[in-house]
Amino acid sequence: MSEDCIEKHIELRAPIARVWRALTDYREFGTWFRVRLEAPFVVGQVSRGEITYPGYEHVIWEALIEKMDSERLFSFTWPHAKSLDKATYSPDYSNEPRTLVEFRLEKTATGTLLTLSESGFEKLPADRRDAAFRGNEGGWTEQMKNIENYVAQKP
Amino acid sequence: MSRKSRNPRSAKSRAHAPIFAALGDSTRLALVARLSRGDLCSIAQLTEGSRLTRQAITKHLRVLEHAGIVQGTRRGRESVFAFNPEPLEELKSYLDLVSEQWDQTLARLKSFVEDEPSP
Repeated sequence: MSEDCIEKHIELRAPIARVWRALTDYREFGTWFRVRLEAPFVVGQVSRGEITYPGYEHVIWEALIEKMDSERLFSFTWPHAKSLDKATYSPDYSNEPRTLVEFRLEKTATGTLLTLSESGFEKLPADRRDAAFRGNEGGWTEQMKNIENYVAQKP
Repeated sequence: MSRKSRNPRSAKSRAHAPIFAALGDSTRLALVARLSRGDLCSIAQLTEGSRLTRQAITKHLRVLEHAGIVQGTRRGRESVFAFNPEPLEELKSYLDLVSEQWDQTLARLKSFVEDEPSP
């Protein structure tokens, strides 16, 4: 019950340099994350962009880049919006609680081991936790499949 | 964007209730475990078998009450406490949602780096 952190491990059959680029090149990141970013990631600076997800184009993606330790660690903090509903959504995240997202890379025999963690959920107000998470409501799973298909078909 | 309509008052009263913080204490976890059996317990009952004072237990119960995890009511001259599962269920479903979304996002990253050859 005291678990306030999400951690994922995934094996990628790609060299660590390739994974690092997919994570930290803002255009590549935007492609698989579905966000149109305006500028390269810079440590200590806020990155902003528009979500390109169908139905959530009104949502602004925002993250404060924390660390870019080459081919080892990429991290940022991001706010959890009160609402993503078009009628009540506000792009002002200045008072919103933030969680820390970390991508850690390790070289393996077959490619790269990626460890993703998101922590700091204890700071989230209870009412926020019931809100849809960055568009993850109902049709999200269905939309994800479409994107996976799209990416898979791309040569 | 609640998935179900919510009593605005109850949402507001818990708006700044850090559930994880409330549970990050072994005494409070033990109190929640005891109350989650469904019994209505008085402070005296909850203090029994504990090395802590009645005052200390009361303080822990107020933290849990503030987080919405337990609910205190008066029964005659004493306060009794009951378990309220809703905040913990919400918390779990939110974390499940976040977790599931990361699975999907990482699957897209995987396809991206594995299917697209490096130029």
